[in-house]
Amino acid sequence: MLLTYVRRELRGRLRQTVIVAVGLALAIALVLVVNAASAGVRNAQDDVLESVYGVGTDITVTQAAEPGAGGGRGQFSFGAEDGTTSDDGSTTVATDQLSIARGTMAMSSDVASTISAADGVSDVTATLMLTDQTFSGELPDPGSAPTGPPAGGGGGGGGGFGGGNFDVNSFSVEGITPGATALGPLAGATVADGRGFTTADAGADVALISQSHADSADLSVGSTITLTGTAVTVVGILASDDSATTLSDVYLPIDVAQALSGLTDQVTTVYVQGTSADTVDTAAAAITAALPDATVTTQSDLASGVTGSLSSASSLVQNLGRWLSIAVLAAAFGLAVLFTISGVTRRTRDFGTLKALGWSNGRIVRQVGTESLVQGLIGGVAGLVIGLGGILALNAAGISLSGTTGGAAAATAAAGGGAEGPGAGAFGGTMPGRVGQAASSTVETVLHAPIDVAFIATGVGIALIGGLLAGVIGGWRAARLRPAAALRSLD
Amino acid sequence: MYTLTDVSKTYRNGKKEVTALSHVSLTIPDGQMVAIQGPTGGGKSTLLQMLGALDRPTSGSVLLGAEDLAEVSSRRLTELRAREISIVFQGFNLIPTLTAQQNVETALVPLGVKARERAERAAAALDSVGLAERSGHLPAELSGGQQQRVAIARALVRQPKVLLADEPTGNLDEATRDEIVALLEQLWREQGLTLIVVTHDSWVARRAQRQLRIARGTVTDSGVQTPAA
Repeated sequence: MLLTYVRRELRGRLRQTVIVAVGLALAIALVLVVNAASAGVRNAQDDVLESVYGVGTDITVTQAAEPGAGGGRGQFSFGAEDGTTSDDGSTTVATDQLSIARGTMAMSSDVASTISAADGVSDVTATLMLTDQTFSGELPDPGSAPTGPPAGGGGGGGGGFGGGNFDVNSFSVEGITPGATALGPLAGATVADGRGFTTADAGADVALISQSHADSADLSVGSTITLTGTAVTVVGILASDDSATTLSDVYLPIDVAQALSGLTDQVTTVYVQGTSADTVDTAAAAITAALPDATVTTQSDLASGVTGSLSSASSLVQNLGRWLSIAVLAAAFGLAVLFTISGVTRRTRDFGTLKALGWSNGRIVRQVGTESLVQGLIGGVAGLVIGLGGILALNAAGISLSGTTGGAAAATAAAGGGAEGPGAGAFGGTMPGRVGQAASSTVETVLHAPIDVAFIATGVGIALIGGLLAGVIGGWRAARLRPAAALRSLD
Repeated sequence: MYTLTDVSKTYRNGKKEVTALSHVSLTIPDGQMVAIQGPTGGGKSTLLQMLGALDRPTSGSVLLGAEDLAEVSSRRLTELRAREISIVFQGFNLIPTLTAQQNVETALVPLGVKARERAERAAAALDSVGLAERSGHLPAELSGGQQQRVAIARALVRQPKVLLADEPTGNLDEATRDEIVALLEQLWREQGLTLIVVTHDSWVARRAQRQLRIARGTVTDSGVQTPAA
């Protein structure tokens, strides 16, 4: 009888049923779309952050630098013994130096074990970020006058002056712990050719190179790279798992990188994974307490530094979307409650009659509540259909978002807190690769709003809550009616 | 049997107090057909509400058998309305979205009767008032007389001890009125129930064994007499 009466009532006042269901449906659809868009923007932010941070990293620890003390000034020093001087007084020079990357500061590798011992930390890996700079060419006799325009050299940063002719090349080199692939810079990379590092590669003169560096420097597996006079064999070529991950040009076992750069037992960045998402803040606080001079950066710190259309989309979804959803939801709930109360008022005589027939208050509350619940369910299902359609349309639109992890905060977090300085090399050459991008990294990503079972459950849950709320209020009013009202209305 | 002793009912209308019943005492034995007459606002419907366990008196007692309706719990009043007392209303009071059959079934719902038995009993009740073929119709698709027959079927389907009728023919034409009154009389005789009819219509009142007149909250009893043929 209950369901028969519910079905008959809802069909009997079809217009009201449709209005309430449509109101709830629109609200739920909006909540679904905003939730999905919000998750999509979060995912896009994660992509951008991973380009700086690496997949799976919750915290990075770098050494805060004092102004002017940053490493990696692209400066070459030549001693009297460097190069060979010809009869015309010009000097032919070839030099290769591996130094700490621009904007980073070295710290003792002991910090890794200190961090490992901190509360909430599950995994740690340390890296040493370096820049290899080569200079080769002919320097004119310092006593001769400049003649003619400079003759540019080839390679990555050719330049010349005063009749000189030289090449300047630089690329990024990162020392990593062999075998550590789940956390750190290689977490977002796969081996495209050759092999990756294993723990057996510790101390070996082997290297992994990025696909882009392999292409530009014409290298392949088995090629050798000379770093500060040491020949290193390329054993693998790496590719990014996604467009967001930026790889360094060359990876070396960390002990080899430390030895070649003369930075024994030094690291620049420690990547930290928390035991769970909930413990990240605890872990960050513990690390800060243990290493008061270090810069401890969490994902949320970096997220606040993301700019560009991604940032705009994020604030649009987080602010406007959320409040709009709440407003529409409140309006839909209000509508459902008002229509239910109005329906109860119109049916005073019916409820009075049913009470005169011996229907208990509980039975009448159940009747009104079930009617509202079914109405909410209809709205919920319709809202799901509209919402899922909206999400599919959003994804089909292929909205492109760009996120820039720029400014001092992100650059500091990413590269180790180095002081800003003229890091482009003494001769004005550019710094390619990850080092050059550390100061400002822009990543393009397409918004993909995921469809999550939790969102669907949330939508249906909200619809049922809306129906239940209206039913409880309406039922309460109906239960308060005195049975005599049915007769009194006839007096 | 109803036994009313010194029953008064007052309503508060703003600052004003209105006395609907004043010190009413009367007895209505089981199986009697009683007509209650009186001017509008005289207290007829209030008396019917007391008898129908729809309201409680301000003072005095309303005994139905041994139970004082003024004292029992609201839950017990609901049970009495579900099992012992049925009411037929002037405006029929059918649920507009339910069919005749479903309207009759609503009276069996509080008794916890299973769906199949409910349907069978409702169909039989509709048959007894001559509306078997109209069971699937909505109230709006029935005439006034047919609607009142459905209301009577609803009242009688659970075989109550008492049937209260509040102006049951007030909205009907003369021919239909005669039909409905004849039906009520027939059911009263067949089922041996107590039938209390509130009416403005003297012709209807004369059909009863006993006539009560109520004006300004006070009841005058004509005593038991032979009903008009």
